[in-house]
Amino acid sequence: MKVKLRNPDRVVDVTGPATVAGLLAELSIVPEAVLVIRDSTLLTRDESLRETDELEVRPVLSGGAVG
Amino acid sequence: MKCKVCRDHAVVDVRRHNAAFCGPHFIAHMQGQVARTIKDFKMFEAEDRLFVAVSGGKDSLAVWDILLDLGYDAVGFYLDLGIGSYSGRSKDAAVAYADRRGAKLVVRSLSDEHGYTVPELSKLTGRVPCSGCGLNKRYEFNRAALEEGFSVLVTGHNLDDEVATLFGNVLHWNVDMLGRQAPVLEERSFESIDGARPVLVRKVKPLVRVAERETAAYALLRGIDYIVEECPMVEGNTQHRYKEAITLIEESSPGTKQQMYFGFLKRAAHRFADESGGGEIVACERCGSPTVRWGETAEAVCSFCKTKGSALKRKEEGYVPSRRPKRRRP
Repeated sequence: MKVKLRNPDRVVDVTGPATVAGLLAELSIVPEAVLVIRDSTLLTRDESLRETDELEVRPVLSGGAVG
Repeated sequence: MKCKVCRDHAVVDVRRHNAAFCGPHFIAHMQGQVARTIKDFKMFEAEDRLFVAVSGGKDSLAVWDILLDLGYDAVGFYLDLGIGSYSGRSKDAAVAYADRRGAKLVVRSLSDEHGYTVPELSKLTGRVPCSGCGLNKRYEFNRAALEEGFSVLVTGHNLDDEVATLFGNVLHWNVDMLGRQAPVLEERSFESIDGARPVLVRKVKPLVRVAERETAAYALLRGIDYIVEECPMVEGNTQHRYKEAITLIEESSPGTKQQMYFGFLKRAAHRFADESGGGEIVACERCGSPTVRWGETAEAVCSFCKTKGSALKRKEEGYVPSRRPKRRRP
């Protein structure tokens, strides 16, 4: 499956994980720190994945100045 | 997972509530959380006009969206910080959202208002970019709100922002900052010969009950086209590192963030309420904003005016920094 990562934007190929939780573990990403998106739809961590999926792992933690 | 409300297919899990939601019920859940926060902390009334600081990011656009849907008179305010093309793209996101909703957006630029951008300020003063940026945003948000005739300023600070700030304040025992950390910062006026002169608008944070992951999910489900990329000046930012550390703990112990923040508000915040350090709050000699004077003979100039004065003096002198601004090691 193709996985789009952010900051900086890039696409990586991942083979094997059957679920969102498995994918994030494979990529060493903390699930609470991201959203996983497939075809503009949010996926929960138990969602099944297919090898043909195109996914985005979008970080949600922003930093910077406290306004 | 199934939606806890309708048992349909869930798209968002909120582990600290031991719940998952389908799209429509998650949106309703978010609106309910914000409405409850506004009521519990008596943030404002239905007739108040709200000035919402928007950056083009998910949190500020989400809070503006929810307030509009809840029926409030909410006007957006975008401050162009002059951070290269990043500021252009974030402004585009704010303007596009306002256009889509038919909502009013006030736009100002730091350069027009004060004569420098955030990157210039950092070079001229040697301050870490986020420090100068935060100081200028706080000042300009308040100034613009007063000038535009608003009494309530809304910011998109979420639970993660507040916990990271609290975490940092405890790590360094910034007791004066702990005394000022609250979901509502009250307005302040100075007495003058013409009567009370408002100098600080009321500042409120309606998103303190929702986590950053939830505001991102809300924005996505609502089709809000927010700026996903991170500010190019944020690298190594301390607040971001605190968030990462807390998120690791939250992952293994869901609910920790909420317990830390609301536990602080309920059981500890009042203990720091009088930790102002003994200074006297007076009007800044240059701009009239409140500032703390440490002794009767001390200068009464606020941090913003000191920083601005120093930056513009150096700019006029053609100052060239000899090295990059100090940055803490990541």
